[in-house]
Amino acid sequence: MIQFENVSKIYSHNSIALKNIQLHIKPKEFVSIVGASGAGKTTLLKLLIREEEPTEGKIFLDGLEVTAVDRSSLHAVRRRIGTVFQDYKLLPSKTAYENIAFAMEAAGRLDEEIDEDVPQALELVGLKDKMHNFPNQLSGGEKQRVAIARALVNRPEVILADELTGNLDPITTWEIIKLLQKINDLGTTVILATHAKDIINAIDKRVVVLEKGMIISDEEKGKYLV
Amino acid sequence: MLATNLKRVLKGGFLNFRRNIWLSTVTVMVMALVLFVLGNLIFLGALAGTLLTSLESKIDISVYFMQDASEEKIMAMKQDLEALPDVAGVSYVSRETALADFRERHKDNALIADALNELGDNPLEASINIRAKDPTHYAAISDYLVKKNDPIVDKINYFENQLVIERLGSILSSTRSVGIVLALFLTFVAISVAFNTIRLVIYTMREEIGIMRLVGATAWFIRGPFLVSGLLYGGIAALVTTLLFFPLTWLATPKLTLLVPQFNLFDYFLANFIEFTGVLLAVGMLLGITSSSVAIRKYLKI
Repeated sequence: MIQFENVSKIYSHNSIALKNIQLHIKPKEFVSIVGASGAGKTTLLKLLIREEEPTEGKIFLDGLEVTAVDRSSLHAVRRRIGTVFQDYKLLPSKTAYENIAFAMEAAGRLDEEIDEDVPQALELVGLKDKMHNFPNQLSGGEKQRVAIARALVNRPEVILADELTGNLDPITTWEIIKLLQKINDLGTTVILATHAKDIINAIDKRVVVLEKGMIISDEEKGKYLV
Repeated sequence: MLATNLKRVLKGGFLNFRRNIWLSTVTVMVMALVLFVLGNLIFLGALAGTLLTSLESKIDISVYFMQDASEEKIMAMKQDLEALPDVAGVSYVSRETALADFRERHKDNALIADALNELGDNPLEASINIRAKDPTHYAAISDYLVKKNDPIVDKINYFENQLVIERLGSILSSTRSVGIVLALFLTFVAISVAFNTIRLVIYTMREEIGIMRLVGATAWFIRGPFLVSGLLYGGIAALVTTLLFFPLTWLATPKLTLLVPQFNLFDYFLANFIEFTGVLLAVGMLLGITSSSVAIRKYLKI
């Protein structure tokens, strides 16, 4: 499904974000990418949606070489991947509802679908009562939930979640994790970047550990021990 | 799908404009100022045009003929002159008309009337007045007459007025070229101001543009609403400017008429209202849409 072939991201000789990454993620897999901050987790996700370009190597999504896609066609790749960004990346001049609706409008979905799916997605993340709030009227956790709803709403093949848990209280965190697991059970590939040990250890799925831009361990049903 | 996208783009553009109402207001104000400068350039051009044309029409060459010159010969010369490419028009004043004009001009002066009556015969000469298409052509026309050396010609007044005519001619042509350079310069300044204002607007939205790309929007889907906003900035600014010109031209007209009696600014504005508004609207909207599309390019590369 997703393949990183010898991927490196080098900003300068003393700032190497990723080095010779070889990673294969199978369809419907639930993978946690773990590591201390600065280990390269976010960079890995950014390369997959081409928010940044790798210095070396190739990345494939279902046989499509993502790293070779023309900039004008990148939207097609990004529509197949739902991303929950670490800094949420909500549009400040749009309400929670409109932020989610925008992703659907951009994907060319019909108005009827939007009217139906957006409230559902908001309900799923427990924010139906705040759908007309603007991002600056929402707490960090609420913004993150809007970002999650936006990532889910187009029913992507892959969901990327970057530091999903940082801003959520433990109860909400578990609800979101359960939600991701459910989505994963329904057939969506999930890649979770985090450094929250207890969550990873409880999920009991594949764990890839990054350290200083390199993969130091990759285990099925892994634990995050360090 | 195209209709849906168009609807979404239009809605996005209007929403952009409304949600960032302060930014929009300021942008419209700057654009209005820019269009105000352009509008004034148009007025100034019309004013200068009227002024220069009226000055030009005041310059001419008169050729005076011997008292015994036959009208036939004078008419033949008039026709020759009219055939010249430099000549705009030739008018003939017969001895009788000249006398009648002279009497009319001095009808209040009994002494002159008496003197004329005493003289019995008409002492005035017939003449023709030549107007050139361009004030710099008078020298050539005068040369032509001199070379012809027609015995019926008594005198050509070009030589008396040569210096004044030449000077006026060069003032007129340099006023024109300075005016064009100045107008181009001001237009350039105005356009840069408008462009940079819109660039700042888009700069403040650069992150949003990036986010839209990352959640899977095509470049056109993002660009569209910004172009619509750009059109709105320009269009509204043009309407505001046109409305402003109503009281302003009306107030300025009496003062301007004192300086240039031939030019009535308010009448000019009303007479050319549709063209004037059309030009401002076209310039405003074109400026809005091109500035937006140039400025956004950089931020879409993600």
